[in-house]
Amino acid sequence: MTELAERPTTGSLVQQFEYGLDAPICLTWELTYACNLECAHCLSSSGRRDPRELTTAQCEAVIDELQRMQVFYVNIGGGEPTIRPDFWHLLEYAVDRQVGVKFSTNGVRITPERARFLASTDYVDVQISVDGATAEVNDYVRGPGSFDTAVRALANLQDAGFRDAKISVVCTRHNIDQLDDFKALAERFGATLRLTRLRPSGRGADVWDELHPLPEQQRQLYDWLMAHGDRVLTGDSFFHLAAFGESLPGLNLCGAGRVVCLIDPVGDVYACPFAIHETFLAGNLLTGGFQQVWQTSSLFAQLRSPQTGGACASCSFYDSCRGGCMAAKFFTGLPLDGPDPECVQGYGELALAGNRVVPAPSQDHSKTAPTRSQPVMLTLTRREEIDAAPVTACASNPLAGYTLPRSLARP
Amino acid sequence: MLEEAWTLSPSVALRPEPFGALAYHFGNRKLTFLKRRELVALVRGLDEHIDVRAALTATGIPEDQHDAYAVALRGLADADMIRPRTATTEDAR
Repeated sequence: MTELAERPTTGSLVQQFEYGLDAPICLTWELTYACNLECAHCLSSSGRRDPRELTTAQCEAVIDELQRMQVFYVNIGGGEPTIRPDFWHLLEYAVDRQVGVKFSTNGVRITPERARFLASTDYVDVQISVDGATAEVNDYVRGPGSFDTAVRALANLQDAGFRDAKISVVCTRHNIDQLDDFKALAERFGATLRLTRLRPSGRGADVWDELHPLPEQQRQLYDWLMAHGDRVLTGDSFFHLAAFGESLPGLNLCGAGRVVCLIDPVGDVYACPFAIHETFLAGNLLTGGFQQVWQTSSLFAQLRSPQTGGACASCSFYDSCRGGCMAAKFFTGLPLDGPDPECVQGYGELALAGNRVVPAPSQDHSKTAPTRSQPVMLTLTRREEIDAAPVTACASNPLAGYTLPRSLARP
Repeated sequence: MLEEAWTLSPSVALRPEPFGALAYHFGNRKLTFLKRRELVALVRGLDEHIDVRAALTATGIPEDQHDAYAVALRGLADADMIRPRTATTEDAR
């Protein structure tokens, strides 16, 4: 086990957070790997339920422990958490024990009846995932019909009087131009917009090259966040953009293993929701409980010890971006102490152009055979030089190509 | 403020941390960090003393720092982490 450096008693909050907390502030818990959708960029490569999934009783024991540790709320996700038959029971179980629940869903089970139930609860937040402000852009990555499902869920919540739902958007190359439209969509449903960063994690690794925002779009996103950031949630997602200059609201720090972590459907504890890989596996909570993993894992001890800037140490922006996102570097095969692949100072592109090996995934719950929900990532276009339908010459003129014999030609 | 009676809000929970404590408000969902252990002890003790000054003295905070602590408490009051102790809250005790 790595020995922890002497913890200073003074210093900024961010410095204190780097040394870790007694319990996470923000804990993500993926309840199931089962999902009705097959989003192209799924962080957890979800699709099929894992047969080792925690039972209802095991989930209740986790909630009891979170209550003891005073983890004031959990972000529940998946997979699609609402397709677990005990989802609604676990939600009530948690809220009754002062563990607030914010859950992410594609909306498939948010019926008018469930929406009324949610409106009657206190201490529950609902986050509907939408990755395009139009069906065309959304369904391209989330699959056919998924935009309509999400909008129906938002309408059901609004009709039931549920206040302030969240619309959660992963920013991609295709939707950066829709930021104002997302804001309008949120306003239409009395919801709050939440923007997060596309990570090359899970199936995201397969589509990252095609979907991650281009360098000029990073700037566009930063400017938009600077103008609207106070009313938009980001989950502290874009701290790599801080190197453009002024920091965005939030902690601007990688919280992996320090203030955040992930519990997966089988009870494995990972450093962060974007790092489901054995390299970032701290332990399993079925052995000695979650608290033991959080407080004694050697991986977490290492993440909480002072980090060096590595190749970034000499960059004048290192203090703002702290080298960016660990998961983004890992899954693109870049060294963890070097620049983020989307480093806004351009060092990421240089690093990506060098020698690198993208790590093989250590788990995959994708459906083995595609279903009708699978997104079809093809865009139908036409060749630009063609401005009319192809026709044979004689369709435009019955005498095309025919020249009268000289003998018949009039003098 | 120093001559007033205050208390921790009923919807606030304090979670001890190495640097002090984390205060969470279940009503407005605000998270605040109390960065000094003395401040944590003071906030916890507000309820047991006739006014803020008595709580400060009991926590062992030197008099020349009382005003600075009053500023910190004012910040906590703005987020409804602490509330003035009224006759009603007195009755409820």
